[in-house]
Amino acid sequence: MLDCNQSSSREISSGSGPLTPIAMAGPVKLSRRRRVNDTDEKHTQPVWIDEMLRVRDSRDKAAFSALFSHFAPRIKGYLIKSGADATTAEECAQDVMTTLWRKADQFDPTRASVTTWIFTIARNRRIDMLRRDRRPDPEDLPWGPAPEPEQSHVLELQQESARLVEAVSNLPQNQRKLIEQAYFGEMTQAEIAEITGLPLGTIKSRLRLALDRLRHSLK
Amino acid sequence: MTNTNTSPAPNAIKHHLDEATLLAYSAGILPEAFNLIVATHISMCDTCRADAQAYDAVGGALLDDATAPVSADCLAQTLAMLDGLGAAPVKQATTGDFPAPLHDYVGGDLDSIRWRPVGMGVKQAILPTSKGATARLLFIPAGAAMPNHSHNGTELTLVLKGAFQDADGYFARGDIEIADSDVQHIPVADIHEDCICLAVTDAPLRFEGLLPRILQKFVRI
Repeated sequence: MLDCNQSSSREISSGSGPLTPIAMAGPVKLSRRRRVNDTDEKHTQPVWIDEMLRVRDSRDKAAFSALFSHFAPRIKGYLIKSGADATTAEECAQDVMTTLWRKADQFDPTRASVTTWIFTIARNRRIDMLRRDRRPDPEDLPWGPAPEPEQSHVLELQQESARLVEAVSNLPQNQRKLIEQAYFGEMTQAEIAEITGLPLGTIKSRLRLALDRLRHSLK
Repeated sequence: MTNTNTSPAPNAIKHHLDEATLLAYSAGILPEAFNLIVATHISMCDTCRADAQAYDAVGGALLDDATAPVSADCLAQTLAMLDGLGAAPVKQATTGDFPAPLHDYVGGDLDSIRWRPVGMGVKQAILPTSKGATARLLFIPAGAAMPNHSHNGTELTLVLKGAFQDADGYFARGDIEIADSDVQHIPVADIHEDCICLAVTDAPLRFEGLLPRILQKFVRI
């Protein structure tokens, strides 16, 4: 079922590199979420960070409502694609958003974008919902979230996350479909082993480097 | 430092998780026993932590496109739930013998493990996880060998204490060995210290000798 003869696409790199022009997944939907119009600046404005920090630092319900309006339908869609019925998916999406409220003080913009962070909460909720399996989390890093993180670290991580979102949405349709199948739980572990040769490894490598540098700078 | 849970120095870990396992962990499709060993390794290995976080970001990127409208009163209902919610606990690093995720499954430190002998000085303790894969702690006395075995599926072995050597190399604290069904190996514990590992399999091991095969029926390896 899996077409794994994709080795020629390994050269695809994130952001600046050449992207295979066949069967694009659709236009890059950046302007809808970004509040800057200058395309040169499109990677410099962290997305949803202000709202998330207002929830974290001042328990701001207006900011929470803005996050909810954007993310609750996405969480619900993700859970439906993972096999939940609409009612369960909506209840679980509410759970994910209340968990965001409860865990807000653990949000660290030097380590994850808001979208990534919400994905991890939704993913854990999905495991509870569908499988009743436990998913132990790694222990937290000894240093914990910095009270006043270096703005350059926040910016770098958020920029690389935005580039990764863009690179994923620019993947050829067939590759993107395979990655979705992996993340929406339609693949076995063995099937996943067959797709790691896809350019996924390349498009995440810059973000991975940013995370790695961050780690060394904190030591 | 007196406890054994001190993270190894940054470049001490030589054997890491493979990309497929990290992606599957991030996607949330692994059986519980595999989740446990991945979470435990990531607790000890910053390299794999960064990799896993990058895969989480790929998941975030996919979330962006998956929309299904929520009902009109969904936000109002959720806002009504917020008041009175306490903060969620943080998964702090433990000061005990094991990284926090494993500590939870063992229910304490080394001295709380109920070991069962499996022969030749080797002991094991099976940890409670859901079906589909098995997690167990292994105790191999210094200088001793595990019974010769191969696997039907994948076996991951994470060194928690001491070290072992087999045909694939030398594995010290924090290192993880990935063995598939092709590997027939005889791990031998380093002579200087008893070796304790967390081993996870998605299929029963195949032992080569008759005696271990009979034993296997009774000890659930």
